[in-house]
Amino acid sequence: MTTAPLPKRDYSITGPETKLAEERGLADAQWYASEIPRQRMRELMQRRDGPALFHTILWFALLTGSGVLGYIKWGTWWALPCFLVYGVIYASSSDSRWHENMHRTAFKTVWLNDVIYEIASFMVFRESVSWRWSHTRHHTDTIIVGRDPEIAVPRPASLWNVFLAFFSLKSAPKEFVRMLKHCFGHMTPAELTYIPESEHHQVYRNARIYVLIYASVVGAAIYTQSILPLMYIGLPTLYGSWLMVVFGLTQHAGLAEDVLDHRLNCRTVYMNPIFRYLYLEMNYHVEHHMFPMVPYHALGKLHQELKADMPKPYSGLWEAYREIVPALFKQVKDPAYFVKRELPPTAKPLLT
Amino acid sequence: MSENWIETCAAGVVEREDVIRFDQGERTFAIYRTADDQYFATEGLCTHRKVHLSGGFVLGRIIECPKHNGRFDFTTGQAQGAPACVDLKTYPVKLESGKVWLRLD
Repeated sequence: MTTAPLPKRDYSITGPETKLAEERGLADAQWYASEIPRQRMRELMQRRDGPALFHTILWFALLTGSGVLGYIKWGTWWALPCFLVYGVIYASSSDSRWHENMHRTAFKTVWLNDVIYEIASFMVFRESVSWRWSHTRHHTDTIIVGRDPEIAVPRPASLWNVFLAFFSLKSAPKEFVRMLKHCFGHMTPAELTYIPESEHHQVYRNARIYVLIYASVVGAAIYTQSILPLMYIGLPTLYGSWLMVVFGLTQHAGLAEDVLDHRLNCRTVYMNPIFRYLYLEMNYHVEHHMFPMVPYHALGKLHQELKADMPKPYSGLWEAYREIVPALFKQVKDPAYFVKRELPPTAKPLLT
Repeated sequence: MSENWIETCAAGVVEREDVIRFDQGERTFAIYRTADDQYFATEGLCTHRKVHLSGGFVLGRIIECPKHNGRFDFTTGQAQGAPACVDLKTYPVKLESGKVWLRLD
């Protein structure tokens, strides 16, 4: 859908768009939520340790198994598939672990969420405290320009930036610079808007720990005259993040900005069980955003409950990308273009 | 200060391990019932982003905010960690004649 031409927008969360979003009532706003009986919602919100324990043990087993095989086969071509698996588990599927444990919905036992969150944050190269607050803001103001710090494809779309994202070639250096700032006790202006001062010292402490670990790994690589240590910690961010981007772009790319209805700015995409495992059911993205207290293992059931009030889900990644790719190409030249999701007749978006 | 006790709802209205919203004028409260039939009350909005806690999830003595998963111990009001950093205000509650009463400030 194309509307009147827009001037180039400022996607920072400290610029003029921030004030505009506030003036338009888009900041901290009331969002549409589908109706669901309270009793059923209570059932769906129930926490369990079992599914996440199984999935996490399997995750560590895959990581360890591929890592050990990579070590054994290092120096041969067989190391390639080993590190392909290791990299994806380390740098891509850690994103969904990071995400679910950030919400503290993966496990019933709170400390398990927190421990896995810290581990996954390190793996996905996101300092845990600052990113918790960033993602909190993303949930408050999902794809609201000037408010949401996690808009993956600002308009006009840059296909070059999308390409770089598959290898974290833009995000990783940016995050590293940010981490160094944190090491020296500085926050970025954007972070100051969403991280309370009481949390700053934790950000600085974590950043110093991360940098120390990375420095040790670089030291080990220099000492052993081999990039092997970096293949386990550091380089996976570059060679293993691609699947995170494949999954992640389906969440919001090409959809509407500045709407207060997750059905219009999120996608639910059906996926096979392997993808759903790697992605921890985040393919039910509309449902997750609308009801973030429902744990990942119940999102499929929630989807069934809400289906009648949702746009048609995508049958798979193929169908999603048949929409996303042309949309991004159009957004290169026409920043006003976006994909308008068709809602069922029951839909009552508050603001479009 | 008996005049400060206000009737909120019938005790059975709140399910076990659940929460309801109660509004009094411009003020809003959350009334909780534990699995062992104890009742508690807190201010109704999350201290993080002013979301109604009545849409949240009760787990033992914890209320989880429906918007950002911020957690509070609703028996003490204590915030349990980011993004819930500021404690909730709690209010005394009593059961009388099958009703839940809440004492205002």
